[in-house]
Amino acid sequence: MEEMTFGTIVAVFEEIFGRGLFWIMVALAAIVTLGYVYVLIRDHSISWRKFLLAQLSMPIGAIAAVWFVLGMTSSSLGDLGGPVDVVVFLGIAAAGAVGIAILVYTIQSLVRPKQ
Amino acid sequence: MTKLTATRRQFFGLAAGGAAATALAAPGDARAQTATKARIVIIGAGAGGTALANRLVARLDGAEITLIDPRVDHLYQPGLSLVAAGLKPADYVVSKTTDWLPDGVTLIAEAAAEIDPEAKTVTTSGGQNVAYDFLVVAPGLVLDHDAIEGFSLDMVGQNGIGALYAGPEYAAKTWQAAQAFSETGGMGLFTRPETEMKCAGAPLKHTFLIEDITRSAGMRSKAEFHYAAPQGALFGVPIVAEKVRMLFAERGIGTSMQHRLTGIDAGARRATFAGPDGTTEMDYDYIHIIPPQRAPEVIRQSGLSWADKWTDQGWVECDKTSLRHLRYDTIWALGDVAGVPKGKTAASVKWQVPVVEDGLIAAIEGREPTETYNGYTSCPMITRVGRAMLIEFDYNNDLTPSFPGLIAPLEELWISWLMKEVALKATYNAMLRGRA
Repeated sequence: MEEMTFGTIVAVFEEIFGRGLFWIMVALAAIVTLGYVYVLIRDHSISWRKFLLAQLSMPIGAIAAVWFVLGMTSSSLGDLGGPVDVVVFLGIAAAGAVGIAILVYTIQSLVRPKQ
Repeated sequence: MTKLTATRRQFFGLAAGGAAATALAAPGDARAQTATKARIVIIGAGAGGTALANRLVARLDGAEITLIDPRVDHLYQPGLSLVAAGLKPADYVVSKTTDWLPDGVTLIAEAAAEIDPEAKTVTTSGGQNVAYDFLVVAPGLVLDHDAIEGFSLDMVGQNGIGALYAGPEYAAKTWQAAQAFSETGGMGLFTRPETEMKCAGAPLKHTFLIEDITRSAGMRSKAEFHYAAPQGALFGVPIVAEKVRMLFAERGIGTSMQHRLTGIDAGARRATFAGPDGTTEMDYDYIHIIPPQRAPEVIRQSGLSWADKWTDQGWVECDKTSLRHLRYDTIWALGDVAGVPKGKTAASVKWQVPVVEDGLIAAIEGREPTETYNGYTSCPMITRVGRAMLIEFDYNNDLTPSFPGLIAPLEELWISWLMKEVALKATYNAMLRGRA
């Protein structure tokens, strides 16, 4: 690729999802992240009970992310052909796992603040 | 120790402020616009013409930009291979030409009928006479289906005949014929023309995909695959040709090199080839036809073509690094029509557009241009559903990987397939808007 600037990457993502959906998704991700930081600062500590449920949800997030990408791209696990594929595959699973963990923790903290 | 405390409102207020500041600081085209009254005419509103128009509008203030193109639909041509393999519907590649054009340009929805490079005018099919100071010729190319004896486009989709280059509906019909073959087996014959052509990887991709689909359908043992091409090698870049040769051997795909398809007998399902030993015939149950490709008649009639190269094809005579016409310094060639040794792909267009843009603006500003085109072309060579090789190269046949050390160009990878599936059309669209 000739010029891989931030603007180019944003432009490409806008085309993948549509401008509206992309920015809604960015906003949602930002809101969840901010919510997470907010409850951490508010509570001054991590609630390990809430973290446990968040951790338990991680495999679900990992599998959902992988399933989504495979489904959207007409591909299957057997298509992984080299080391970089495994790295990308694990990256997608990790992103799904971390994403859902943050989401679950934040929702619990906002819904049931005191435990 | 100061305790970090914030109310919910303060916290989100701060966060929103930060986000707004980031958005305001987002980088745009920082270059100042050039004021000019130049009349710029672009023949063709395909990938090249549209991307260039969008970029020129951003760079020039006061220029009169006119595009001449009769085509109502804009085609995302890299998607045709996917349509012809049943992976995408025909409308995946279709949008409207006007969807992509910026405000402030004029589209004349007629064909260019005559170019007079001496008088600097273009006459349209409707008789309009358009004068220009600078001209960019980007009309694409024409598929010479009549050159294949016994073949016409209305045959596509029946009797085992495919021709995916002809457009979205023909790509979808090609899939009908190819799918029937993948379910019944027989002899599959895959061809390519002798002339320069759009995306020289596409004939190979179609072969690989239909072979893979036949294998998945459990019919591989009942099907034979044969690739016949007029060239001496499977691909123009030697190192890639060798890789494809190995993959063909692995997948049991036979080859007949130096064989040019001259005609078919659709009833008898027999193809005729001109080969080194004269005329040969091959029977088929499915054949994929890619006709010879040439510059549009208007280019060839207007004296813009090379006189001593590609004389049967008529590509525009231009410098291969600046794309500027060698005899008329107010004319540039862009995209398929350019008479350069490589680069009839959308990826090439992406790299050619900034060069033509810079050449044009440099001419307006009276300075020397700084951008050059090195022949860059990219071909996500699909080798099966789910895997591809991300092959990029230049005029020297050097591999020019975008992600060296990360994505190996000659390895069949899932990530390369993901890029084709997810990012390619998006990048293409961003290019059309002048943003990539």
